[in-house]
Amino acid sequence: MNVEVRLFATFRNDRGKKVFVEMEKPTPEKVLLSLGIKEEDVAILLINGLDGAFSTELVEGDYLSVFPPVGGG
Amino acid sequence: MNRYAKNGILTKQEMILLKRAHICIVGCGGLGGYIMEMLSRVGVGKLTLIDGDVFDETNLNRQLLSLTHNLGQYKVEVARARIKSVNPEVKINIHKVYFNKENARDLIDDATLVIDALDSIEIRKILQDVCETMDVPLIHGAIAGWYGQVTTIFPGDKTLDRLYTTNKDKGIETDLGNPSFTPATVASMQVSEAIKVLINKKELLRNKILYIDLLDNEFHILPI
Repeated sequence: MNVEVRLFATFRNDRGKKVFVEMEKPTPEKVLLSLGIKEEDVAILLINGLDGAFSTELVEGDYLSVFPPVGGG
Repeated sequence: MNRYAKNGILTKQEMILLKRAHICIVGCGGLGGYIMEMLSRVGVGKLTLIDGDVFDETNLNRQLLSLTHNLGQYKVEVARARIKSVNPEVKINIHKVYFNKENARDLIDDATLVIDALDSIEIRKILQDVCETMDVPLIHGAIAGWYGQVTTIFPGDKTLDRLYTTNKDKGIETDLGNPSFTPATVASMQVSEAIKVLINKKELLRNKILYIDLLDNEFHILPI
């Protein structure tokens, strides 16, 4: 299955704005790890534009959006 | 009054609401400096400023109130002098302390709205908890390099619990730092949210977050 991943802010470094990951039985956790992105480094994970969980079993056509944490003031 | 002649978007009644408001700004660095400047100019009646830090050389690249001649001075003392010269009608409380769990309730006191201008995720969560207990809305803002975010939190929303799910105290700002223009951008968004809360305007960033990317010129409003 092919999963579209939309990357934001520093996740775009060396990856670009959008990538596709080919994987069997994908979850956001597994897809992101294949891109070198750990759960602890993600602030916002959206599945199809809505708040999502890392363990969700993705289905054909699902897309992910991931944002890193911003904490300065 | 001529001072507010250009506040054309605000009705007389709305200006009265601002005048009666008491806003507590927690943190007087990059975000806080711009936030207090805008709130005092627009006509908010009372400000409480909280920060135990003094200005140092690393603040000069972005913190509005840091100047070469006031390094070493308490940020809240410099801020009070600035606000007095900008708008002497504003009542000002300053607290030369770092916000924490123990002093939180006393510092927020009778504020009608609180603005998060902190640089610690851990302390932000304490601030959110206290605002909930004290039934006060909170305007969150954070910055890192080219990026920033803003959300408006009402008691019960617990938005920061969903935004910051790990125990990490810092975000990508550790690597990226903070340039001059990002705090100004995010502070402006926080102030406009604060004004809208005070005058009961709709379309707040509630249970959603505005994620700002000034590098790629992208502004995303995300459900959270």
